[in-house]
Amino acid sequence: MKFKALTAIAALVVAPGLALAQADDDNLVINGEIEAVTKTAAPAHMEDTGVDTIMSGWHFRSDETQALQMDDFDNPGMIFVDLGIEQWNKVEGEAGNSCASCHEGPESMEGVRAVYPKWNEDAGEVRTLAHQINACRTENMEAEPYKYTGGQMANMEALISSKSRGMPVNVAIDGPVAEVWERGKELYYTRTGQLELSCANCHEDNYGNMIRADHLSQGQINGFPTYRLKNAKLNTSHARFKGCVRDTRAETFTPGGPEFIALELYVASRGNGLSVEGPSVRN
Amino acid sequence: MKITLTTLAAALVATPLIAGEVAPASVTFGEYGEIEQSLTGQPGDPENGGLVMKNKSIGNCIACHQVSALSDQPFHGEIGPSLDGAGDRWEEADLRGIVANAKQMFPGTIMPAYYKTEGFTRPGNAYTGKAPEGDLDPLLTAQQIEDVVAFLVAQKEE
Ligand code: HEC
Ligand code: HEC
Repeated sequence: MKFKALTAIAALVVAPGLALAQADDDNLVINGEIEAVTKTAAPAHMEDTGVDTIMSGWHFRSDETQALQMDDFDNPGMIFVDLGIEQWNKVEGEAGNSCASCHEGPESMEGVRAVYPKWNEDAGEVRTLAHQINACRTENMEAEPYKYTGGQMANMEALISSKSRGMPVNVAIDGPVAEVWERGKELYYTRTGQLELSCANCHEDNYGNMIRADHLSQGQINGFPTYRLKNAKLNTSHARFKGCVRDTRAETFTPGGPEFIALELYVASRGNGLSVEGPSVRN
Repeated sequence: MKITLTTLAAALVATPLIAGEVAPASVTFGEYGEIEQSLTGQPGDPENGGLVMKNKSIGNCIACHQVSALSDQPFHGEIGPSLDGAGDRWEEADLRGIVANAKQMFPGTIMPAYYKTEGFTRPGNAYTGKAPEGDLDPLLTAQQIEDVVAFLVAQKEE
């Protein structure tokens, strides 16, 4: 081995710190009124990660893409919020109920997105927002559940998220959810697939860097569901997880399954303190 | 263009081990992770090595590395160091080791191992997200590794 190689490696050790410089300093204000927190101090549980500032994926997108999220008339995701309102009021299932029968207007959902996934005492399980939506459908409406990452689910999640926009993500990580959270953390750091890559390899060690034509963000989920210009539809977090795991040349996990529930809880908790942005716009 | 297409087609066909090639499981790494012995016994073709490195569905090295000699292809990544001058910094055996399995030289590196077929967590069937059918092929064939090594050896700045 030649001596110069060592200098090349030494230079690399400092690289992660430089990543910070590459998230821009723009401010996200939606409709001229909702001031979103898109950068803030990392939550205490991230102390050992070397990440001291958490950042929304919004900072890693181009000015044009960012602008689409700043006004509901420009945000293509808002079309799906309107579809969500129709679904909200629609009576379906044997019980003759709609969401509105139990919850009145969608405004009643204010603050809900910010604290999911969370513990459900009666069911004795960690529930994602999507699971809760389907639990309402099957138990309270006696209707068919939505497909976990399907369009109707994304619409309903977009509607519910939109009522919490600007509020800080605040998922609990201790008490009854602690075990699931630990499992999610383990998954986040597990290097999967033939490329042997973990979430952390890309979104903790390399955010701010380009990977081919993509500008890597921290992989936060405060903006979900996300309207992606690339596939021109609303995307759920588990569909995104599936895509990222597939890209490691791995056998993916099932959306809505125990692994992705745990991963969602853990990834959500890495965003504790960022504003809810869904439906956000990404490329 | 014709050359690129032929190369691509060749890469899509799972290649049985050719006589005289060293199989992934039989590769001998040296103390630092270098591989002295050629994997094929044949000289590498640097031009094809460059194609392997920039093609997204073959080596896709430029997803992570900037390489000036491959600048006809846009969008080089920033995850790993620039490979300009790699031939000044490393011996051929080192480069072979890095490309075959960089984790031998740089423990814990993000760089994938291109000549390895076992020891993965939840390996999939390429980018389908599904379970693999049968044994995995290495990411690159022995000859592609030698081609890439020949390309890298030729990257000189001094
Ligand atoms: C090989 C690199 C790579 C790996 C490994 C990876 N991702 Fe990603 N991920 C990307 C890229 C590229 C994007 C698109 C640009 C961006 O937002 O970072 C992305 C986007 C995301 C987003 C969307 C962020 C937003 O603001 O819309 C989430 C969430 C995400 N990833 C989560 C994960 C999780 C969880 C894992 C592990 C299971 C993971 N990623 C593994 C490359 C990766
Ligand atoms: C996912 C990212 C990634 C991919 C893909 C990748 N590399 Fe690397 N590579 C790295 C990193 C990071 C290093 C630095 C070693 C370390 O981790 O400390 C590196 C180091 C190297 C080095 C030593 C660099 C020097 O000049 O000192 C060479 C040579 C190299 N890679 C070649 C390749 C080739 C050829 C390919 C494709 C066949 C490739 N890499 C694919 C990330 C990558």
